[in-house]
Amino acid sequence: MKIALVEYGAGNLPSVERALARLGVESHRASTPEALSLCDALILPGVGHFGALMRSLAERSLVKPLRDAVASGVPLLGICLGLQAMFASSDEAIGDAGLALFPQKVSALPPTSRLPHMGWNQLRLVRHSALLEGVPQDTYFYFAHSYAALDAGEAGVALCDHSAPFVAVLEQKNIFATQFHPEKSGPAGAQVLSNFVRRAGSKQ
Amino acid sequence: MSLAHRIIPCLDTDGERVVKGVQFVNLRDAGDPAALAARYNIEGADELVVLDIAASRDHRPTFLETIRRVAAELAIPLTAGGGIATVDEGRAILRAGADKLTVNTAAIRHPELITALAAEFGSQAVVLAIDAKRVGDHWEAFVRGGSAPTGLNAVAWAQQGVESGAGEILVTSMDRDGMRSGFDCALTAAISSVVNVPVIASGGADTPETFLEVFREGRADAALAASIFHDRIQGLGELKRYLGENSISVRQTG
Repeated sequence: MKIALVEYGAGNLPSVERALARLGVESHRASTPEALSLCDALILPGVGHFGALMRSLAERSLVKPLRDAVASGVPLLGICLGLQAMFASSDEAIGDAGLALFPQKVSALPPTSRLPHMGWNQLRLVRHSALLEGVPQDTYFYFAHSYAALDAGEAGVALCDHSAPFVAVLEQKNIFATQFHPEKSGPAGAQVLSNFVRRAGSKQ
Repeated sequence: MSLAHRIIPCLDTDGERVVKGVQFVNLRDAGDPAALAARYNIEGADELVVLDIAASRDHRPTFLETIRRVAAELAIPLTAGGGIATVDEGRAILRAGADKLTVNTAAIRHPELITALAAEFGSQAVVLAIDAKRVGDHWEAFVRGGSAPTGLNAVAWAQQGVESGAGEILVTSMDRDGMRSGFDCALTAAISSVVNVPVIASGGADTPETFLEVFREGRADAALAASIFHDRIQGLGELKRYLGENSISVRQTG
């Protein structure tokens, strides 16, 4: 199985690569439409700014190929800003369109708690989650963000609370995403990545 | 369910080695950075900080190599800094494997550096490190490894740093550094009460009780320590169990 990390300059790409390597999973980087179209599974890493991410994808002509890959059933895992990019828009970059795999928008977390939401937090499972299989309840995951999807309809399978409830794990058919960083979340994060890889492999 | 208080071991590096001093001087060797990182990753550290205390241009390639070696051992976040004065230097440190940067001396001289780094990498990647010393009735920020006073009130500087775009404050009490006399809870609380970003307390770590104090009275979101972990005076698991038993939310591991 060919797993590709979408390469557009995301800072956390090497960490995701290392985390996969620790699981014995080989991955490569895809930075062109052709490379994307040859993959069996895709991972969209991300840290930083929503607008910057969407512009980087557009400059590399990766927006449509990404959407096409998802439409054709290729499993996609979005991480942190990679989750946020799946929505139609974000308060962080008014006027910039996201990948719009989900019609909702990404919002600024209310400043009633310290922001950024930085550190280890627990999840609230609201539906069955393939990514969280084998992960004990109350497990902590590492977050670092100030924006979040407050609503993703049925696709929001696990929530987290920090000044407002927000989507921590997103799953719909072949689309998967986490607001936390599995590559930085110790053994629990490794389990989540492993679950995605197994799930992606079983779709072949 | 709530955000866990973080326990953060800190590696002060000089060249290829971890060093540790008392009140910023009398440095001694404390081990290999990658070996210590591997140990803390397994023992349940919530994050790791690596600071280049020499912070000279000549040492920069060595420091980047240290970051690469440390990052390779970690499945937890890594913060790195020491002498960062430009966006390009920050980028090099992030590319080497760090998730967050600390800025200190250069940010005091040019606060717009914080804004530029935050615009480029996001506020979540920019940690403002402040070395503070008690002077009369307030705390003053010092730079250049604690050797030069700035005349700036440390609490006001923290506030200004956050307004400029810092996503986290790492405050080190120079009076307590390496003294094992407890964190400066008054300093940490003073900063914590004026900013809405997470605050990491540093300097003075000793017994588990000192951590409990800095989370309760100091209102810290995270606590950083070096020698008590390097020298195995305090185990991370044991410390977290103690804090958990005292109703501090922590991520228990193992």
